[in-house]
Amino acid sequence: MFGYYLRLAMLSIKRNPILSALMVAAIAVGIGASMTTITVNYAMGSNPIPHKSEQLFAVQLDTWDPNQPFREPDTPPDQVTYLDATALMKMAPAAKQTAMTKTFQVIEPQGEDVIPFDALGRAAFGDFFSMFDTPFLYGNGWDRDSDDSLAMVTVLSKETNEKVFGGENSVGKFIRIGGKDYRVVGVLDDWNPIPKFYDVTNGPFNDSEDFYIPFNLVASLELPRSGNTNCWKPSNEDGYQGFLNSECVWIQFWAELPTESEQEEYLNFLNSYATQQKELGRFPRPLNNRINNVMQWMDQQGVVQDGAKVVMWLSIMFLLVCLLNTIGLLLTKFTTKSGEIGLRRALGASKSTLFVQHLIEAGIIGLMGGLLGLFLAMGGLQGIAMLFGNDVKDLVSLDTTMVATAIGLAIVSALLAGLYPTWRACSIQPAVQLKTQ
Amino acid sequence: MLKMNNIKKVFRTEVVETHALRDFSLNVDEGEFVAVTGPSGSGKTTFLNIAGLLETFTGGEYFLDGVDVKGLNDNQRSKLRNEKIGFIFQSFNLIPDLNLFDNVDVPLRYRAMNAKERKERIENALETVGLANRMKHIPSQLSGGQQQRVAIARALAGSPRFLLADEPTGNLDSEMAESVMSLLEDINQKGTTIIMVTHDPKLALRTPRSIAVKDGLVSEVVRKEAVSEANENVAAFA
Repeated sequence: MFGYYLRLAMLSIKRNPILSALMVAAIAVGIGASMTTITVNYAMGSNPIPHKSEQLFAVQLDTWDPNQPFREPDTPPDQVTYLDATALMKMAPAAKQTAMTKTFQVIEPQGEDVIPFDALGRAAFGDFFSMFDTPFLYGNGWDRDSDDSLAMVTVLSKETNEKVFGGENSVGKFIRIGGKDYRVVGVLDDWNPIPKFYDVTNGPFNDSEDFYIPFNLVASLELPRSGNTNCWKPSNEDGYQGFLNSECVWIQFWAELPTESEQEEYLNFLNSYATQQKELGRFPRPLNNRINNVMQWMDQQGVVQDGAKVVMWLSIMFLLVCLLNTIGLLLTKFTTKSGEIGLRRALGASKSTLFVQHLIEAGIIGLMGGLLGLFLAMGGLQGIAMLFGNDVKDLVSLDTTMVATAIGLAIVSALLAGLYPTWRACSIQPAVQLKTQ
Repeated sequence: MLKMNNIKKVFRTEVVETHALRDFSLNVDEGEFVAVTGPSGSGKTTFLNIAGLLETFTGGEYFLDGVDVKGLNDNQRSKLRNEKIGFIFQSFNLIPDLNLFDNVDVPLRYRAMNAKERKERIENALETVGLANRMKHIPSQLSGGQQQRVAIARALAGSPRFLLADEPTGNLDSEMAESVMSLLEDINQKGTTIIMVTHDPKLALRTPRSIAVKDGLVSEVVRKEAVSEANENVAAFA
């Protein structure tokens, strides 16, 4: 019967092309608007590392100004100082952890074909790669020994490897970064988590970096920083070392803590560390150290902005308005069919059979509206991309989930919109309709 | 076949009660051809709707082919209607954008019947009404008489135990009306019970039994044999 109902639905849609087109358009506009905003919110709030998001923790130490919190309400800084980062790396009880920061360098390819280019890098500990499950095209990350021995090693992104080495396996080769030669130990495959959870402070929707080097090289090579730095008091010393010893926060810190007991132990360690530091005149605020898993961290950092949420809800309200219009149009359409409905009742169709038949018709209209709405959503997303440029380019693409959501939402919306008109149509007295035909 | 005892039908609004049928009783045996006549508002269409399970009744009892229809729910009534009753309407009630084949197919779709059997039944039904060569036509390409024949084919396709015809010739000229009436007589000859509502006394007199309805009651029953006998007596006397 489903095939028969589909055929009847198509015939009915053809019978009233203008009315049908209006319904499809109403649903399409609603779906287009809501899917544009839902897609952006979905990309903003999606879990970028679902299999490990409850084991990875961003570390916060409240080293901030005694007179005011880093951010209301009483939120500790979202990055740590160099002093604390190095101390935690040495002492904190995590099997894997990494301090990291963003750096900015010029890469000088050896051949004449490629001119030197600016590149963003990430200085991190070797645990970074296994903690965040980075996919490798060639080679691997570096080990703890390389961290400790200040080894001049690097892991390149796939794009950088293609640019400099033509995409070949470059493991073992040397690359000149910031005037120094680094030995390539690994090349990442495509990897661009959205949101970029491990460094939301410097832009949750920025691309991942072009190259990765050991964190300890930052101090020894006095590498330039390329990210947010926040200070609440001036440094006591001048120069790069003075900056390293300051209370400025500029380093992201993550620990992998798979079990609750490890998490508890880690937090206890942070608190005792802070207590110790208090004795040295640091950590002037009351104890307020925190660890947040990936989703908690993104929530706390407001990765999904309130404005975006409001716009999303407004667009969903708009979809509801479109559906109300669709209900009106369906009422009109089904009223014009009351003669046929009465006839079918007389010829043996039960109310429930006709109800299903007409819901399928509403569903087909929803499907058409959904498909058209998808194109409108793509247009809307392109519009956002044009307005906001590169900052949002990763947020404005419809993946399979979103396409399925759009179609599903359209069909469900149309079915819901069709419930009342269908119920009314099926409740008519067939005898009256047959006499008035 | 059809047995109605003291059927009452009251239409109620907030201010008025209308008694469409009052103690309406009728028995129709298998294979009968009964005409129902009466002035407008007499209750004959209400009777036909109740007989066809399109309307419920307020009181009394109604047995259709031995089934007490009073306690049936919507699905049961639809099933019974689909399997046992064929409808023929004054205004044909064909679906304009379906071709003849698909129009005749409509009642069969609501039975669990495979495509092959449906096709055979549709072709046979259209053959019976002489329209087998027009299966792909749509109703607007046919004359009124042909459209009524399609409606008859649709009613016949499901092999109903009886046909309910509501003014089946009301929209046709006399030639087409005669052709449709002859077709109904042929169908009745083959064993299908027919109840036909009509305003036309000539048509009513062609049926073996006609009943007159007035104010919701059966007011008169005329049998063709009696009429023929009377006519013969008049002729002999003359």
